[in-house]
Amino acid sequence: MSVAESEVPVQTSTDTLLEVRAIKRYFPILGGVLRRKVGEVKAVDDVSFVLKKGETLGIVGESGCGKSTTGRLIMRIDEPTSGSIFLEGKDITRMRGEALRRLRPNFQMVFQDPYSSLNPRMSVGALVAEPLIVNRRGSRSEQRDEVVRLLETVGLSADARVRYPHEFSGGQRQRIAIARALALRPKLIVADEAVSALDVSIQAQILNLLADLRKEFGLSYVFISHNLAVVKHVSDRVGVMYLGRMAELAPRDLLYSNPMHPYTQALLSAAPEPKRELRRERIVLVGDVPSPAKPPSGCAFHTRCPRVMEVCRTQRPELRDYGGGQIVACHLYA
Amino acid sequence: MAQPLLKVRNLKTHFISRNRTVRAVDGVDFDVFEGKVLGIVGESGSGKSMTSLSLMRLVPGPEGRIVEGEVLLNGRDLVQLNERQMTDVRGNEMGMIFQEPMSALNPVLKIGEQIGEVLVRHRKMSKRDSRAKAVELLRSVGFPRAEQIINEYPHQLSGGMRQRAMIAMAMACEPKLLIADEPTTALDVTIQAQVLDLMRDLKTNRKTAIILITHDLGVVAEMADDVAVMYGGQVVESGTADMIFENPVHPYTHALMESIPTIHESRDRLATIPGTVPSAANFPPGCRFADRCSLAQSQCHEKMPELREVEPGHMIRCDVVAL
Repeated sequence: MSVAESEVPVQTSTDTLLEVRAIKRYFPILGGVLRRKVGEVKAVDDVSFVLKKGETLGIVGESGCGKSTTGRLIMRIDEPTSGSIFLEGKDITRMRGEALRRLRPNFQMVFQDPYSSLNPRMSVGALVAEPLIVNRRGSRSEQRDEVVRLLETVGLSADARVRYPHEFSGGQRQRIAIARALALRPKLIVADEAVSALDVSIQAQILNLLADLRKEFGLSYVFISHNLAVVKHVSDRVGVMYLGRMAELAPRDLLYSNPMHPYTQALLSAAPEPKRELRRERIVLVGDVPSPAKPPSGCAFHTRCPRVMEVCRTQRPELRDYGGGQIVACHLYA
Repeated sequence: MAQPLLKVRNLKTHFISRNRTVRAVDGVDFDVFEGKVLGIVGESGSGKSMTSLSLMRLVPGPEGRIVEGEVLLNGRDLVQLNERQMTDVRGNEMGMIFQEPMSALNPVLKIGEQIGEVLVRHRKMSKRDSRAKAVELLRSVGFPRAEQIINEYPHQLSGGMRQRAMIAMAMACEPKLLIADEPTTALDVTIQAQVLDLMRDLKTNRKTAIILITHDLGVVAEMADDVAVMYGGQVVESGTADMIFENPVHPYTHALMESIPTIHESRDRLATIPGTVPSAANFPPGCRFADRCSLAQSQCHEKMPELREVEPGHMIRCDVVAL
């Protein structure tokens, strides 16, 4: 079945920080005696979106939906199989080496696991200073001062400099990772499940910190998470991914109050809600998520969709704008 | 009121080594009733997981031991049983499911064999009968292709499927009590909904008593009839789920509720709890939450508060708010 190019009206204006156009990332599956390519895992399968300066875009979805891979493609720690990525108007899709390194200060990443994202053999001071040293920012003493400033900004004391990551808790390590990400004053931070490994009360501290830093440093975020409530809390717009595709993308309030795609509806209804009076009718999806190595034909969600129609089995729906910035890929509305 | 199926009284599980004692569970009381779900809520370091391991007598030794207290299952104190007697109870009167289904299932045994093992051990079934019963059990937890699944290995199943297989295994001998320690934390939200549905079914149709241990308040609010909130190895608040969620009284419970973002509400800033959880090796003398509590007074740091009733059935461990 032909894969439709998204029809998302892609605006490239001066306030666009990041533009992602029809990116795909297919991983080959090698098999047989000669290790030939016998299949592909379609981790990201034609995704497009735009991030404006100062905005937070949340990307939400369950395991295997391709959100983390999308984060890595944006960060160019992986290269898309096809499609393009523009950072501040510059095409970074195939950039490598020195050219890419020179742009690195503009976009940084915070990872999920605060226990593996910090080199255990480096002191906290060395970890936070590393971006400054590698990019030759400032003199030795200026770098030292900046490290102290950064640590204090994230709520850690200056004496953390001489200690090692294992001496800190998960939440504190995530603060260190954030301090490191801020060192070069990036315009964009990609946070991939940055609070998922943290206890609830620590999560709240880090989310508040990210909100404060956004204001103070004029940051834009791509916030990737499987947690719908957390994403709602931090995002201006939210994209919902399923099996490598964008099912729906809308301004935050609109998505949560009026989800159009059946998957979004099911996802929102499945989230447990502490306050009884706010609970809605639950849509329980039947079956498991198909493998991205063998995605269903037509609409990837058709095998579990409570409102599936004949056309859904054969034709992949295109993303269309339904007003108010709400973009949905679903035959129900086409 | 009916007699509780399980009565836990003053349970203390400590890890004792030469230079220190870690008081992971430090005086916990609760009751669990047939056909009801008790949710035990707490963050890392609260002692909730060690509580469930204590009930199952699976505390890692030799440093770890239940040093005090009673765990009365149908009037019989499990703490006093020897290992052979306890093995008869586990899997038979008491079923357990854990957080990571991949590590809890034996990777080298087929699903049918693992479920069958429970039946052979406790019901003295023949291998053939146990396989037939395994198929039936898998069907009852929502596997339409049960005859094929019994021949598959855990790695061939998805996370949600593994967890359902674990539930089948835990329920094989129709235990009166099911202990579920973070059963859906590692699962996607839509799969979690399926697994919770299944557990609700067990409670309603089989009258299984369930202890559900989790840090996820949303899951507790949905599933639990009764709730116990743990902090610093102790229960700091307990009551029916309605009481705890409509009217959280203990400062910790209250702060916890305020710090969680929810889908249906919008808050600019999340309330946070300053400081960190105290180390179980080094608890302060008085209330363990005092140094993070906005309502703490001088007596709080000196005297350990007892559990007090704020309304019938609703207990809190606090000297400031209760009075």
